[in-house]
Amino acid sequence: MTELLLGTKKGLFVLEGEPGSSFEVTTRAFAGDPVEYAVRDPRSGRVLVSTTSPFYGPKVWYSDDPTSDDWEQATGVALPESGDLALERIWVIVPGEADGLVYAGGDPGVLFESRDGGATFELNRGLWEHPSRSRWAPGAGGLCLHSIATWPDDPARLAVAISAAGVWLTDDGGKTWRSGNQGIVARYLPEDAPPEEEIALCVHRLRRAPTRPERMFMQFHGGVYRSDDAGRSWIDIAAGLPSDFGFPLVIDPADADSAYVIPLTADLDRVTPEGQVRVYETRDAGESWTPRGDGLPAGHAYLTVLREAFDRVGKHDDLEMYFGATSGDVFGSADAGATWFHAATLLPPVLSVAVAR
Amino acid sequence: MPHVRLRGPLKRLAGDCSDHVVEGGSVGDLLVALEREHPEMSGWILDECGELRRHLNVFVNGEPGAQDTPVDAEDRIDVLPAISGG
Repeated sequence: MTELLLGTKKGLFVLEGEPGSSFEVTTRAFAGDPVEYAVRDPRSGRVLVSTTSPFYGPKVWYSDDPTSDDWEQATGVALPESGDLALERIWVIVPGEADGLVYAGGDPGVLFESRDGGATFELNRGLWEHPSRSRWAPGAGGLCLHSIATWPDDPARLAVAISAAGVWLTDDGGKTWRSGNQGIVARYLPEDAPPEEEIALCVHRLRRAPTRPERMFMQFHGGVYRSDDAGRSWIDIAAGLPSDFGFPLVIDPADADSAYVIPLTADLDRVTPEGQVRVYETRDAGESWTPRGDGLPAGHAYLTVLREAFDRVGKHDDLEMYFGATSGDVFGSADAGATWFHAATLLPPVLSVAVAR
Repeated sequence: MPHVRLRGPLKRLAGDCSDHVVEGGSVGDLLVALEREHPEMSGWILDECGELRRHLNVFVNGEPGAQDTPVDAEDRIDVLPAISGG
């Protein structure tokens, strides 16, 4: 049995099913509210959810049983009081590499840390007070910290990505941060842009290969990149894709040479290219890409798949992958992308997907 | 003292009570006092900057108000979601 936690524009949907067939909706929670992200912490079984009520602001919630409607609001998910900025949104929640450690990333480019499994959070001051912050600029979705890449078994090392403030790296548990943007080319900046613009980088998604943690893959706002030196520098690996624009990216956790992306036509036309829905796979670290579309819509299908709406569970030939679209469709594969099936349809616009089994 | 009326989740967070007698000279004072009295409500009406959330409206005796609207002892303040959303 596979579980899908879907954050949608109109609430949290929990789906269960067997790969290859339609999934059943078992729970809807936070009805009416945008649910940006939901994830089940595999260590505790706890489900953590971020909501953005248009009326009451962003919140993080947790429950050990999402079917029970028994949700507790996490505390501390706020910016310092009496400042000039308010928290706009929590984009992502990620279990960390120490007992009880959980991260939450959000807008305006902020990282929160919890040491008790997500019940209470504290703002990461090192990133909040970074001297370059005044030069950080938001992308279309806001100044969102959307990717948090942990380093296996080492809570001191972390990479985060912010749109549009690039990649930030720490080796001391978040006390100090340095940028990691060498080699990234932003086509939306002039070639002779001043050096201070080098952090104005619109990273769309960042993932780390757990078996070789110095390797990371990135979907950029026009570009797909790989780093082999823990994020210090980046190599363009987009050749062979129908478009280098897109949002989500997943990897096979057992294969450091693997990555999957879902290209969209362009930044000015954010739909699947040529009306065909295709996932592109590399198994040679970006040297080549193979379209994986067997079972996916292939005619006049103009879907938008957002950055958090693609996830996986398992590995190798047992790799299951699922992605949701703003059309309310969810597609899945139980054979590492070789074939796909329609897992759900007629849901609200899907903002995020997290898989567990 | 003026009293504040809450509905929906705000009522639930305020001890499942809709009517609250609160001391203060302005709408903003009342909302701060209300959050202090019911910490679970912190961040739901006012953001970290102390500003009324954009899609909430306050009414004083039925008339649209703002945080700096003065209030008297007999006034009634309603806190309501705006007509917005998607």
